[in-house]
Amino acid sequence: MKQVFVIPERCMGCRSCEIGCAVQHSKEKTLFSAVLQSPPPMKRLFVESTDAIRMPIICRHCEDAPCLRACISGCLYRDEKGFVRRRKERCIGCWTCIMVCPFGVVTRDREKHIAVKCDRCHKLDTPACVAACPTGALVLVDIDDMPKETRQRLVLAGQKGVG
Amino acid sequence: MEKSIDRATCSVLRNAEKSGIRTVWERYSAQLPQCGFGETGLCCRHCMQGPCRISPFEDGPREGVCGATADVMVARGISRAVAAGTASHGGHAKHMARTLLRSAMGEAPDYPIKDEAKLQAVAARIGVSVDGRDAAAIAGDVARKALADFSEKDSPLTWAATTVTKGRVDTFLKFGVVPTGIDSAVSESMHRTTYGVDADPVNILLGAIQCALADYSACHMATDLADILFGTPSPVVTKANLGVLKRNAVNIALHGHNPLLSDIVAQVSGEPDMTEKAKAAGAPEGINVVGVCCTGNEVMMRHKIPMATSSVSQETVLLTGAVDAMVVDYQCIMPSLANIAECYHTKLITTMPIAKIPKALHIEFHEDDAKESARRIIEAAIEAYGKRDRDRVHIPDESSTAFAGFSTEAIVGALSLVNREDPLKPLIDNIVAGNIYGVCLFAGCNTVKVTQDANYTAMIKELAKKNVLILATGCASGAFARHGFMTPEATEQYAGPGLKAVLTAVGQAAGLGGPLPLVLHMGSCVDNSRAADVAVALANKLGVDLPMLPVVASAPEPVTEKAIAIGTWAVAAGLPTHLGVIPPVLGSKVVTEVLTSTAKDLFGGYFIVEPDPVKAAEKLITVLGERRRGLGLSA
Repeated sequence: MKQVFVIPERCMGCRSCEIGCAVQHSKEKTLFSAVLQSPPPMKRLFVESTDAIRMPIICRHCEDAPCLRACISGCLYRDEKGFVRRRKERCIGCWTCIMVCPFGVVTRDREKHIAVKCDRCHKLDTPACVAACPTGALVLVDIDDMPKETRQRLVLAGQKGVG
Repeated sequence: MEKSIDRATCSVLRNAEKSGIRTVWERYSAQLPQCGFGETGLCCRHCMQGPCRISPFEDGPREGVCGATADVMVARGISRAVAAGTASHGGHAKHMARTLLRSAMGEAPDYPIKDEAKLQAVAARIGVSVDGRDAAAIAGDVARKALADFSEKDSPLTWAATTVTKGRVDTFLKFGVVPTGIDSAVSESMHRTTYGVDADPVNILLGAIQCALADYSACHMATDLADILFGTPSPVVTKANLGVLKRNAVNIALHGHNPLLSDIVAQVSGEPDMTEKAKAAGAPEGINVVGVCCTGNEVMMRHKIPMATSSVSQETVLLTGAVDAMVVDYQCIMPSLANIAECYHTKLITTMPIAKIPKALHIEFHEDDAKESARRIIEAAIEAYGKRDRDRVHIPDESSTAFAGFSTEAIVGALSLVNREDPLKPLIDNIVAGNIYGVCLFAGCNTVKVTQDANYTAMIKELAKKNVLILATGCASGAFARHGFMTPEATEQYAGPGLKAVLTAVGQAAGLGGPLPLVLHMGSCVDNSRAADVAVALANKLGVDLPMLPVVASAPEPVTEKAIAIGTWAVAAGLPTHLGVIPPVLGSKVVTEVLTSTAKDLFGGYFIVEPDPVKAAEKLITVLGERRRGLGLSA
């Protein structure tokens, strides 16, 4: 299964991922219609920063998802691809999911009074945030390939160090 | 990061936070993180095939749609910033020149020639005949010559050619950067940076330097003409910080840049009729005019009007709840002022046709009936006073004494009390002897990106201790004034022994009974030309060019495009120039290299970028030492 990972040292803080996400969750899915839409479409990930680092914070679609376990109305469910998604009509706006999410990436739609979260762009091969990132700070990688790549980088760094 | 080290600012901001009023600091937090492409200068919106951006990492596109590289994008961006700064100072200077012309033609009765000596000096310098002619005739010719400097001429700009050293003229000719028109330089910068024109980053930067020299000319012209119309500043003692607001007076804050507005409001506010109206409205202390930002410097020098605060903290003046009207002209006026004024009884009054703000009261200021416009403005303030909510008034106690108004003429005047025949000699002798290690001009703004005043106060302590003579303009002046550095006491406390001895000797000769203040206040940001005049006089006296002198400049907390233009001409003038905030150039190795290194080979000046104030001071001291050694002096 592929996951969206973040490489913080490549993040420029340009928020292109936030814009790409909001456009993907707009009615017509183009930037120019999205900026004219009222109420405006909502983003599902958030670029946060300190003086030293900036990076997008995005739903991890946790295997043991606190939001999913806490949802008392049966709104949140895990779909056939493994993504944690909503059955919007079931949301009662109790915000328990917001309370328990350790990443703070569940928010609320103030117009519709329901919870909003990442759906991993389940209809797309590449999520909008990953596609929008101009520097490759957001990457879509197989969960098992990620540690292997990390290990290989370590070996390469060691080789350079020796050489 | 703390917002400010100014206790008055912090005290007012705490109140604002409790009331839920947002200021520049909250708006900045809401912007974070700011886009790294913009921060490094790697985005271009100059055509509709864009916007383009270049990744600073290895795997992104290396060029924009048109083929512009990172170097071209960054050079074009910084060049356009210089052009915008030049347009600002040009607009200010042109406004002044038109008014001087109308004054000379008898069409602006509220703007008489105040300083005939300065008029004659400027006229003689720029080749306008003065013999046997009356002031109006001379002023008319000076104004026409000034206006002629705006369009493209066949000859160099008068205000550049007549105010710099011979060595600078030769250098500018050699590199083809002699400006021939102020407006035309701005126009040419826009042309060469538009789609498909200049694609050589170094050539673009030379164009930026030519434009910056036009900016220098505009600044110098604005200063000269302001002195002619309103008087050349001489030292005054006044106060600075929010404590200058008065609970029982109609408080009017003047904010912006051009003395054409502020000086007249200052004059009219003293009319007995206005005071009576204020008293009749229930303000026993009458009218209290205070300054903000650079127009605050202008009226501080010429009318002893106290300075309330500087640019980044402009909103705090309204947050005291004690300001009845804030009157603005142009430049550095935050649009947010209208929202904050709305939370109180305060009238925000815009005055210029090119600078309106929704929700503000617009009273357009006309030169032909300037005093009448000013009276209308003051009456609006008096009316607002009646609506002031006394329970919401919070005026901090802090205000520091400030000695202000050290124009070039005033400095030379003070030195002439030590040596009548050769006023510059005491200054030069003390530089040679090492009592004055060098000179540092502090200029520029306060920025939300640095804890307000932290860089200024840290740097001045380091430099003064090493006997560096400190000059200041613009909001650098405001910072030093609010923190008490413009006093003889600061000289006693912070100056090294050599500097203290010199400032004491000159201060006593000038009848102060003590030393001169640690910081010599030279005026507003447009008045950086005054500091340039001092440096040029020193260079000419010594028979060397500016890059030889132990003189440096620093903008520790810069914000505006005007600051970029001024910094660029300081570099072209041969001054090592420190910036305490990283400008948007790091996306290009070529541009960064040219600005911080190659410029030294071409012009003698270069940028030193160092956010840490103590390290920055050390770097400037090292540079002053190098220059001293270059002149064969002890270092």
